[in-house]
Amino acid sequence: MLARQSSLNAPDGDLSRFHLRVVLAAAGVLLALSLLGARFFYLQVVQHDYYSTRAEDNRISVVPIVPNRGVIVDREGVVLARNYSAFTLEITPSKVDDLEATIDGLSELIEVLPKDRRRFRKLLEESKTFESLPIRTRLSEEEVARFAANRYRFPGVEVKARLFRQYPQGPIASHAIGYINRINKRDLEMIEEREQTANYRGTDHIGKTGIEQKYEFQLHGETGYEQVEIDAGGRAIRSLSRTAPVQGNSLTLTLDVKLQEMAEKAFGERRGALVAIEPSTGGILALVSNPSFDPNLFVDGIRTDDWDVLNKSRDRPMLNRALNGTYPPGSTFKPFMALAALETGKRTAGQTISDPGFFNFAGHHFRDDKKGGHGTVDMYKSIVHSCDTYYYMLANDMGIDAIARFMGDLGFGQATGVDIEGESDGVLPSPEWKKRRFRRPEQQKWYAGETVSIGIGQGYNSYTPIQLAQATATVANGGVMFRPHLVKYITDSRSGEKTMIEPEPLRRLPWKPKNVEVIRNAMIGVNTQGTGARAFAGAGYTSGGKTGTAQVYSLKGSSYRESAVKKELRDHALFIAFAPAEEPRIALAVVVENGGFGAQSAAPIARMVIDYYLLGKLPEGAAKEDDVEED
Amino acid sequence: MHAFLARVWRGLVAHLDGPLLLVTFALMIVGLATVYSATYDANNRLWLQAGNMAIGLCAMWAVAQLPPQKLMRFGVPLYVVGVILLILVYFFGIKVNGARRWLSLGFTRVQPSELLKIAVPLMLAWYFHKNEAALRVQHYVVASLLLLVPFALIARQPDLGTAILVGAAGFYVIFFAGLSWAVIGGLLAAAGAAAPFVWTMLHDYQRKRILTLIDPTTDPLGSGYHIIQSTIAIGSGGSFGKGWLAGTQTHLEFIPERHTDFILAVFSEERGLLGNGILLVLYLLLIGRGLMIAARASTLFARVLAGSVTLSLFTYVFVNMGMVSGILPVVGVPLPFMSYGGTALVTLSVGIGILMSINTHRMLVRT
Repeated sequence: MLARQSSLNAPDGDLSRFHLRVVLAAAGVLLALSLLGARFFYLQVVQHDYYSTRAEDNRISVVPIVPNRGVIVDREGVVLARNYSAFTLEITPSKVDDLEATIDGLSELIEVLPKDRRRFRKLLEESKTFESLPIRTRLSEEEVARFAANRYRFPGVEVKARLFRQYPQGPIASHAIGYINRINKRDLEMIEEREQTANYRGTDHIGKTGIEQKYEFQLHGETGYEQVEIDAGGRAIRSLSRTAPVQGNSLTLTLDVKLQEMAEKAFGERRGALVAIEPSTGGILALVSNPSFDPNLFVDGIRTDDWDVLNKSRDRPMLNRALNGTYPPGSTFKPFMALAALETGKRTAGQTISDPGFFNFAGHHFRDDKKGGHGTVDMYKSIVHSCDTYYYMLANDMGIDAIARFMGDLGFGQATGVDIEGESDGVLPSPEWKKRRFRRPEQQKWYAGETVSIGIGQGYNSYTPIQLAQATATVANGGVMFRPHLVKYITDSRSGEKTMIEPEPLRRLPWKPKNVEVIRNAMIGVNTQGTGARAFAGAGYTSGGKTGTAQVYSLKGSSYRESAVKKELRDHALFIAFAPAEEPRIALAVVVENGGFGAQSAAPIARMVIDYYLLGKLPEGAAKEDDVEED
Repeated sequence: MHAFLARVWRGLVAHLDGPLLLVTFALMIVGLATVYSATYDANNRLWLQAGNMAIGLCAMWAVAQLPPQKLMRFGVPLYVVGVILLILVYFFGIKVNGARRWLSLGFTRVQPSELLKIAVPLMLAWYFHKNEAALRVQHYVVASLLLLVPFALIARQPDLGTAILVGAAGFYVIFFAGLSWAVIGGLLAAAGAAAPFVWTMLHDYQRKRILTLIDPTTDPLGSGYHIIQSTIAIGSGGSFGKGWLAGTQTHLEFIPERHTDFILAVFSEERGLLGNGILLVLYLLLIGRGLMIAARASTLFARVLAGSVTLSLFTYVFVNMGMVSGILPVVGVPLPFMSYGGTALVTLSVGIGILMSINTHRMLVRT
């Protein structure tokens, strides 16, 4: 063993060949390092004067020029987001020895409120290294002049002209538009991942939510740059060359901001959401989540107290209920169930049941809202008068798998793909979902009894308002389904060229037209003689609708009396609608949290929105909130 | 008592190599001083780097204790584990800055490609050693394939810097194992012919880096900025430098990545041509000693491994210095024992440890 490894026994030829290669390698290394040495000699001796001039006397600095962010307008051209220029007082922390003393000194010249100091400290914690941070924004001309005269006293402090984002509509449509805020570490990682680092040199704001976030790279534009000479103190002396920035692309939304404003007003103080869609394109006409917030608060770094108010409010204004609120659909689920029954052949339109006021399943009574029942009920009546027993039986007959398959195709329980980040999936109940959702084997099992209440939109059913609106629009459109979207087209800032956002159908559901007709007729019946009739009395158009009520609180067998239940535990009111029935131009879903019955609070909002959209009518004398038929 | 302590001391230092240790130590001291200069005014990394160096020295000592026969046994398992991890990275790796290089372990994340810098030369050296008696063309072909798999996986991440280092380490083993000159000449010719095709396969940012090398002013906000600013730093340093902590390019924040890949710019600005000359001599000593150890090694395994580790070290130095001084494109390769960063330090220290092991265990084999 040892002998074999000994170099004495290695074939002489191999060893001398190896040694030759070592010598060659050494020669190669020597040559390469000499090359480096020569390069250093060239740079540091031959070219020393040139480089030392560049470094010492005229430091050439490349200053980025931040482009104007693209504007956002609604479908009529009303401005929703724009920019304005203002002076800010900024401190570069790494160039200042004593921050507190500097700020104290500044406050003798220019008003610096405790709020400003708090915000500055917050920015300091989150900041990238070496950047300058605003201590005061929106300086007056006089303040700028006063600082300029005393500038020598404050190294590392400077006045900068910066562009600010402004949302002229304030809190209207803020959940759709979103807002911009300062770039943080996570944004930086995203920028690096998208290989946009060079383009964001100099940019310090980025879209955080809504359209502002989703279309960030469209809105941002291309950063220009200027080569400037700077003196030893880092101040620019003169400009050498300049490449202009390219303004960001502008966005035109499908949203109608007047409709949006009207819809938000219709909610008043109530919490809830509304999504109105143009069925033939999927374009979103209104996207309400009430209450909302003023996005202008975020633009130059939100103040701590404003943030606390928004975050600690029990109404949770920062929650986008239209996309992230999930609600049981209640009786608004029934038209879709009925369509599923027709399509799978489990029911015909004329088939009737006899409703005694309850459905008996394995000894358990599933109650109908109407005591004593609705009598003989066919499909039309089951929708118009919202008969529960019909759907208990139907769900039981169809089975959970068939229901889940049909509803899944309609988009229930999955993100719609709307152009806003972070949309919720909701829950489309199925045995597979239960297996994924629960850990313990006894919880994972699907019980046949659980299928029964799925039929009336209760149980594990939980969907976002935008899913409900999409499904309604799809039925109104005869099964042609679109991805809901907010941006209609993007206008290129250089060429003026418009890029339309896909009016391509997402999928075409192979429904029989005569089946869809049955459902649409029944939904028209709801608004002429059923649970929606009162809200839509005297409308100058025909419309289809369906009321719904979603249980928040389990009553455990006792009967529900609104007055006896605390407001937070009251049922959610829902309404879905489309109009005009002959050729729907608008389809919508409304949820009013703790609003009680759907006919009471949700249907009147739908009426106002449709009246305005189709007739241009402003709300007056909406249906009163009394003696309406329960759904 | 005294005799006992003396024996313990002899045991501790028995497998260390004086010249290697001395030069490595000198480089580390210079590196520490430069890291301090590059970071003290914002985010001082001096103590972190000192800790990294302590870990590196421990790793070096530990590896030096293992005789080459033992090192050889690590070849196959390290290689197999390394390649499996690279495949896992390919499918499940976390994306950072547009590249998939890291694997999440839940509590921390690892970069498996680093392991291959050691595993590939070990594996290939073992393979040639095993087939020493009758080396034929097919062995070189198999060895090339063994090298190509991890190289391709790393290049695809993409991580050009590491791919170059792993590829070079493997190629050096094959070279020292006696790959015929005809094949080497053929490969060089083929590489020249393939260059236009490789160009089309490169990522946009890699192409941009090569273009900016030719004319840095085409991309003054992006990668051209690095080259412009680092050459200004080096050139303005002159013969004797501006003095420690006095580099204006460094301290006015003109040099990006100044404590990691571009640390040479900081050193050159503050220490001038004189400093650079000393630095080159130190690396030359390290490389010379390594080649000497390779030439004197007693087995094929030890010879080709020592040769590969040494030339890999040279590759780090040449690629890094070349890129910082603007004669090579920008790729992520640190300057050995100078750049801030624990992973590279440990890998390089393990390499030095391998050289020490080969040198100090030679005698035992001969007796």
